[in-house]
Amino acid sequence: MIRVQYFARYREALGLDGEQLRDSGEFTTVDQLRLFLLARGGVWDVLGEQNLMCARNQELCSLDEPLEEGDEVAFFPTVTGG
Amino acid sequence: MAIRVQQATFDPGVELNALHASNVGIGAVVSFVGYVRDFNEGREVAGMFLEHFPGMTEKSLGKIADEASQRWPLINVEIIHRIGRLEPGEPIVFVGTTSAHRQAAFDACAFIMDYLKTRAPFWKKEDTSEGPRWVEGRCSDQDAAERWKQS
Repeated sequence: MIRVQYFARYREALGLDGEQLRDSGEFTTVDQLRLFLLARGGVWDVLGEQNLMCARNQELCSLDEPLEEGDEVAFFPTVTGG
Repeated sequence: MAIRVQQATFDPGVELNALHASNVGIGAVVSFVGYVRDFNEGREVAGMFLEHFPGMTEKSLGKIADEASQRWPLINVEIIHRIGRLEPGEPIVFVGTTSAHRQAAFDACAFIMDYLKTRAPFWKKEDTSEGPRWVEGRCSDQDAAERWKQS
């Protein structure tokens, strides 16, 4: 399983703060997971935004970050703290 | 090194004095305090909500403070960041750095703020005169963080 979380504007657009996805080996990178979600269409188009940020196991990462069974992935818009 | 992510407000003066009181070898204390403004991007702001990613927030702030401590000879680092509902005029963030001499403390404080702005998982949602609005990231913040890249 891969645990996916959504934050801020994405969470609102999707009406969902997270989900568990069964991984049968197709999600080898964060980007493959993102493309799978994007293919759901409609509100999921937000995951196609250019300034999307992502984290793997609570560390910022790039889209080509490799994924492993049991990982936790988060997608969110550009951070705006401070 | 102290990292605090909290809903409660804080007194920047108290934090500043406590940082110095911790060690008489400290010759320089530098701090940054960020506040909620009542106006942003052409709209009046009545308040804001700060969302964050519990767990990752504390980790990322700790990592930024660690990196600053590796790059500059610091004695102390303190980061406080508020979450939840905030009113105009309230403090949002406090970064304090202490060192024997000023330059390390100045540079480390600026570095921590620039990295916090672009890497720590916080998101601001403003309550504006025309309804709620998510604050968008700024290119100038990205540029500010870029200047600390080591070649």
